[in-house]
Amino acid sequence: MLATALLEALNLEVHYGGIAAVKGISFAVEEGELVCLIGANGAGKTSTLKALARMIPAQGEIHYRNARLDRLPSHDLIRHGLALVPEGRGIFARLTVTENLAMGAYHRNDKAEIALDLQHIYEMLPRLKERAAQVAGTLSGGEQQMLAIGRALMGRPQLLLLDEPSMGLAPLMVEKVFEVIRTVAAQGVTIFLVEQNARLALQTCSRGYVMESGLITLADSAANLLADPRVRTAYLGE
Amino acid sequence: MDIFLQQIINGLTTGSVYAIVALGYTMVYGVIQLINFAHGEVVMIGAMVAFTVITALVGAGLPLPPIVLVFAGVLTAVPVCMAIGYLLERVAYRPLRHAPRLAPLITAIGMSIILQHLALLIWGRDPRAFPQIMEVTSFNLGGAAISSVQIVIILLSVVMMGVLTWFVYRTRFGIAIRASAEDVRVAALMGVDANRVIAATFIIGAAMGAVAGVMYGTYYGIAHYTMGFTLGLKAFSAAVLGGIGNLAGAMLGGILLGLVEALGAGYIGDLTDLCQWPVFGGLLAERCEADGHVILLGSNYQDVFAFLVLILVLVFRPSGLLGERVAERA
Repeated sequence: MLATALLEALNLEVHYGGIAAVKGISFAVEEGELVCLIGANGAGKTSTLKALARMIPAQGEIHYRNARLDRLPSHDLIRHGLALVPEGRGIFARLTVTENLAMGAYHRNDKAEIALDLQHIYEMLPRLKERAAQVAGTLSGGEQQMLAIGRALMGRPQLLLLDEPSMGLAPLMVEKVFEVIRTVAAQGVTIFLVEQNARLALQTCSRGYVMESGLITLADSAANLLADPRVRTAYLGE
Repeated sequence: MDIFLQQIINGLTTGSVYAIVALGYTMVYGVIQLINFAHGEVVMIGAMVAFTVITALVGAGLPLPPIVLVFAGVLTAVPVCMAIGYLLERVAYRPLRHAPRLAPLITAIGMSIILQHLALLIWGRDPRAFPQIMEVTSFNLGGAAISSVQIVIILLSVVMMGVLTWFVYRTRFGIAIRASAEDVRVAALMGVDANRVIAATFIIGAAMGAVAGVMYGTYYGIAHYTMGFTLGLKAFSAAVLGGIGNLAGAMLGGILLGLVEALGAGYIGDLTDLCQWPVFGGLLAERCEADGHVILLGSNYQDVFAFLVLILVLVFRPSGLLGERVAERA
C-alpha cells in the first residue's frame, strides 16, 4: 500500500450475474496525479469506475484517505471529495444548465462560495454561460460533456473520476474537453481518467494502467506505455 | 340557469380535486415509476379523519366558528396521511425497490385493499355525513350558481398547485427531486439520498391528498370507506391524460377530466333522449307523448367519462397530453 495514495483499490471484483467483469484488480492514485485507465471496449473500465463510485455492488477494498469507500453509500462519496462524471455524461436533460450546476453543489451549504464557483465554471466554460437558462437536453454533445464536468467541479472534488469523456464527440470537441481536463488537473484536482482513446489519454496523463478482460495487464508511466510495443500494436493502431 | 356555465363551474371544482390527487400519483411515478394505487385510500382516510375530528368537536359543543372546525379537521388529517404515505413507502415499497416491476404494483393494490378494510373496521360501512356546521352561500355568476364551498375548493387547489410548483422548481430539494426523477443514480453522485427523495414524494403527495379528501367530502357532504377507490382511479386517469410523471400534466389532466365529466353529465341526458330521434319517435310515440322524454343514459353515467377518457388516451396518445416519453419498462 502506497503511503501517499489518495485512492487505493485492492482486489476489486465486479460480477454481473455469473459473469466477472472485473476480476480482482488493484491500483492506486496519488494526490495531485492524473492517472488513466485505458483498454478496449468491454475490458471492465466503466465497471471499475462504477464500483469506485459505489453505483454497483463490488467485492474488494477501496481506500480513500482514511475512509473505506466500499462501506459507504453512493450519496456519501461527494462529501468525502469524490466526484464521478459518468459514462454518457449523465446530465439532467430536463433541468436547465444552471440547475444542473446547482445540483453539483447540492451537498454544500456555503452559498457565497457556491456563487463564486459558478462564476469560475462559467469563465472556464463560457458556452455554458451563454446557455445558462436553457434546458440541458438541448445542448450539443460537447456542451453536455462540458456541463457534466462543470457540474462535478461544482462539488469541489479532490478526486475526479472521468468515464470516457471523449465518447461520441467530434475531434475538435475532444480536444477542447481534454484541454479542460488539463486545466482542472493543473488546479490541483486529482484525476482518474477512463478512456478508450488511448493515445490522447496517455498524452494527457502522467501514469497509466492498461486493462484487458477484467484484469490490469500493464502499469507504467504514460511515456513508457506510449513507447511499449504491446500498447502500440493493441491500442495505438501501429 | 345556464347549464353550460354551471357545468363548467362544477367541473372546475371536481377537476381541482382530481388535479391535487393526480399530483400525488404523478410525483411518485416520476421518481420510482410506480403507480401507488393506495393513494386513493390515503385521500379517503384524510376525509374520514377530518370528518371524525369535526364531528367530535361539534359534539363537544364548543362555541367554535365553522372555519376553525374545518381547519382543525384538515390539520389532523394532513399529518395522519403524511405518516401513512411514509409508512407505505417504507414498509411496502422500499423492500421491493429492485424487484421486478410487477411486484410493487401488485403490492400497491394490496395496500389499497388493506387500507380500505382498515377504514371499514374503524369507521364502519355506513357513509359519514359532513356535519351541518355552516350555511353554504351561493353566488350568481352569469346565470349559474357558484357556492362558497366551490370557491374555496378552487382557490385552495390553485394555491396548493402554486406552492408545489414553487417548491419543485425553486428550492434546492425540489430541484433534487426533479434530478432524481431523471436519474436517481447520478443524483446520488451529487449527494442526493434517494431514500429521502422518494419518501418526500410520498409524504408531499399524501399531504395534498388529505386536503383533497376533505375538499371532496365537504363538496359532496359525505365520506365513505370506498370513496378513495373511484376518486383514486379518476385521478390516476387524470394523471395519465396529462402525461404520467409530469406535474403540469397532472394539473391540466385533472381540470380537463373534471370538465369532461361535468359537461358529459350535464348533456348526456339530452343527447340520449330517444324522443328527439325520429327513428325511435315512432316506436316510443306513446311514452314520448306521456313523459316527453325517454332518456337512455342519465347523469348517473358520469363516472363513465373518466374511464372513457383513460381508454382514449391509452389508445391514441399513451404518453399523455404533456408527456415526453412512454415508460417502456414492464
